[in-house]
Amino acid sequence: MTIPMQFGIFTVGDVTPDPTTGRVPTEHERIKAMTAIALKAEEVGLDVFATGEHHNPPFVPSSPTTMLGWIAARTEHLILSTATTLITTNDPVKIAEDYAMLQHLSDGRVDLVMGRGNTGPVYPWFGKDIRQGIPLAVENYALLHELWRKDVVDWQGRFRTPLQSFTATPRPLDGVPPFVWHGSIRSPEIAEQAAYYGDGFFANNIFWPKEHYQQLIGLYRQRYAHYGHGTPEQAIVGLGGQVFMRANSQDAVREFRPYFDNAPVYGHGPSMEDFMAETPLTVGSPQQVIERTLAFRDYYGDYQRQLFLMDHAGLPLKTVLEQLDLLGEQVVPVLRKEFAIGRPADVPDAPTHAGLVARRDAQQPAAATSEN
Amino acid sequence: MTTAAPVNLAVISAGLSQPSSTRLLADRLAEAVRQNLAGRDREAVTRVVELRELAHPIADNLVTGFPPSALREAVDTVTGADAVIAVTPVFSASYSGLFKSFLDVIDNTALTGMPVLIAATGGTARHSLVLDHALRPVFSYLRTVVVPTGVYAATEDWGTGGTPGESSLPGRIARAAGELADLVDGRPARDHAAAPAPVDTFLPFEQQLAALRPQP
Repeated sequence: MTIPMQFGIFTVGDVTPDPTTGRVPTEHERIKAMTAIALKAEEVGLDVFATGEHHNPPFVPSSPTTMLGWIAARTEHLILSTATTLITTNDPVKIAEDYAMLQHLSDGRVDLVMGRGNTGPVYPWFGKDIRQGIPLAVENYALLHELWRKDVVDWQGRFRTPLQSFTATPRPLDGVPPFVWHGSIRSPEIAEQAAYYGDGFFANNIFWPKEHYQQLIGLYRQRYAHYGHGTPEQAIVGLGGQVFMRANSQDAVREFRPYFDNAPVYGHGPSMEDFMAETPLTVGSPQQVIERTLAFRDYYGDYQRQLFLMDHAGLPLKTVLEQLDLLGEQVVPVLRKEFAIGRPADVPDAPTHAGLVARRDAQQPAAATSEN
Repeated sequence: MTTAAPVNLAVISAGLSQPSSTRLLADRLAEAVRQNLAGRDREAVTRVVELRELAHPIADNLVTGFPPSALREAVDTVTGADAVIAVTPVFSASYSGLFKSFLDVIDNTALTGMPVLIAATGGTARHSLVLDHALRPVFSYLRTVVVPTGVYAATEDWGTGGTPGESSLPGRIARAAGELADLVDGRPARDHAAAPAPVDTFLPFEQQLAALRPQP
């Protein structure tokens, strides 16, 4: 079964002192908090949990499939995703293997967001050249794409040992690879890459004003149609977002301000009010979050996935779990209902394994003649 | 001769005090350029970017990576101009930190080919080489075309004779303004419509892929 839109959360996995107490969680506490948050996401009826991948402190999630496998074993419906998988510095062969394994263990509840990371030295640490960031993303993904679709691969590229007669195992579940989104904060090349393959495009929608993401998503939609995957409106778009809620909006503002003011990414810069005006951040009541989120559709068109950043900047686990209750009980049900209104019938549902299998089966006769 | 389009002149003034001798120099330079162009039947439209008013937005941009709207307008004014007059006070033997921070938040290719007049103010003439040791290299890095005469105004210059001569402040202003006007007048107006937004400058994917295929 598929649904028009998926809602969920994505996490960076930062270990950040709680600015109100000065307390720093241990890595163990943070890792356990992330998994508790994922289980809570399923409990409150969300659809997706996505974890970042980082290879330097203060971040803990260096091994996404280990974490997602653990979560998969304890959930039934939650789609497990990444935000993002480093397509530049990971070996595409290992990505193909790890995520196919996760796909089997989770019975198809896995997809990936490809990205290039936010830390320059990760490239040299993994033996790569940061000046080749885009070419690495292009070549590595081309290989990954092939490994998941061809049983036996002969391949040669610029960045990796050639492969002769190589088969990535396990083969994807039901012969259908995990859905892939491509995430980018800046680069039009990545929007172009997503469009070329007919993959999804995920805009983090946190750090920059909406006009910036409008340009990237507009480019992606236009190129998606150019490559013959459908109309621009049928391209698969995911968005991030960042909210903090309390029943009373003034309480939300008061409680979140110290976390905002000291946040690793934007802290000690603009005021929270200025940042809310300039970016999609919403701090307020559930109703304000609903209104702000519904407006995303006006800027970016009908889309398939909405993820919220909820557990960052040192917010304690208890607070995050309360946020998830509000999100699951008061916000997402309304968003599901409201987003369905006026959504054209030919806008695709959010991607799932079942949906991809059904689409493959529908195209099977045609595909059988066109492949080789 | 057909009437040429007006010249868009952007003036960056990094003075911090009110009133500011940096702004005073900036206005003198802008007026001199305007008059010089008027002598060639070219109209000039001057827009001044006062960095003092943008101190917070500039710091915010450094922290968040994007310009708040007031700063975005100022950056657009500068990058969209036909010529730039850049004036900074000398702080600790160089341009001011605010001046450099403003340049830091401008895309490093957005000023390519821009005619620029550099100027600086200071308490004494002992720092006048700041123009050639600090400002000129930065604007060379930004691939702008900097006119040969930079104008340095020490406090004492504001009390020296107004007779236009080679060594006087008015003489230097007139010479620099003439050089900038020469540059602007000799070239077509910058074609801003032709300058693609960053989002449009991508290689089609087949070309990205093809560039990576091993050569046979």
